[in-house]
Amino acid sequence: MAMLEVEIWRGEGGDGAWRRYAVPHEANQTVLDVVTHVQRYLDPSLAYRFACRVGMCGSCAMSVNGRPRWTCRTHVSRAARKGRLRIGPLRNLPVIRDLAVDMAPFFEKWRDAEARFIPSKEPPEEPVRPDEPERMAADAGIECINCAVCYAACDSVAWNPDYPGPAVLNRLWTLANDRRDGDRDGHLDAAGAGCHLCRSHQECADACPTGLNPTAAIAGLKREVFRRALGGRARGPRQ
Amino acid sequence: MNEAWLFAAQRLSAMVMAPLVLLHLGVILYAVRDGLSADEILSRTEGSLFWGAVYGLFVVAAAVHAPIGLRAVLREWGRWRGAGLDIAMALFGLLLLALGLRAVAAVL
Ligand code: SF4
Ligand code: SF4
Ligand code: FES
Repeated sequence: MAMLEVEIWRGEGGDGAWRRYAVPHEANQTVLDVVTHVQRYLDPSLAYRFACRVGMCGSCAMSVNGRPRWTCRTHVSRAARKGRLRIGPLRNLPVIRDLAVDMAPFFEKWRDAEARFIPSKEPPEEPVRPDEPERMAADAGIECINCAVCYAACDSVAWNPDYPGPAVLNRLWTLANDRRDGDRDGHLDAAGAGCHLCRSHQECADACPTGLNPTAAIAGLKREVFRRALGGRARGPRQ
Repeated sequence: MNEAWLFAAQRLSAMVMAPLVLLHLGVILYAVRDGLSADEILSRTEGSLFWGAVYGLFVVAAAVHAPIGLRAVLREWGRWRGAGLDIAMALFGLLLLALGLRAVAAVL
């Protein structure tokens, strides 16, 4: 049977080293299958995180051959180079142990920006149509699974601790376009300082496993914040 | 500092500068067509309200634009933040403004 040469990051906190494992290569094998094989048959002390195994929960993200990926939906055949896999923890987040990172900073930025739906007191005056431009802009970014793959891919996150990151800004843009939201101006205000720290590299869009384009969302935020700075009309009802 | 305002100021100053840069390049090509001399340049600029306005506007836009960009670079690469940076950048802008306007005044 063909074997994969797998290197996995082992260690606690900032310290650690790559350790090698030989894992049988199987048809339709995912990177998460490889990690699971190592933990079940080779080294039960390996720490990693997953839940749904079908690309819904966003908990299985790791760095695979230097690129952040959702491992449960990444086939080995696509990620391996010459039968080699190097699997490490996500970048830009503190490592707890082995492949498990502390997601707290990622979600704290989310919380601090209040990037969540705030129901309006009144229903929208006009019914929300699925094909109206604002709804389409919101829908384009709605399927985020909070996996932090974009957060790990983003260089602005790496060099700027104040930067909220692509996922938070993408969510703020969907909310600012949601006519049912009660504080659309507040969402734009929350994006105000952060969105200008995006350098439009598109690393986030390139890496996002669900095919979202946070760069485009952030461009929308920059445009809208610019318009508001020039004294444009406020959006939506304020609470 | 209000980042949204700074972003707006930088965008607007860029919009002002873009056509002026093209005009400036055009003038250079035209001016060097048969050699370049101080007399020739001064004969074009001296007493010209138009050229004074063009380059005066350019200096103002550059003095707004450059410190905002430099501030972003220093914040990211130099990890310098806060009021000290903002004051330093305001002074840098004023310096650019003073040097630029002095240069414009000198050829008018
Ligand atoms: S486009 Fe913006 S958010 Fe996306 S990776 Fe680049 S800096 Fe980060
Ligand atoms: S935007 Fe994409 S990459 Fe980023 S957290 Fe959401 S699903 Fe993951
Ligand atoms: S395990 Fe849920 S997205 Fe991969």
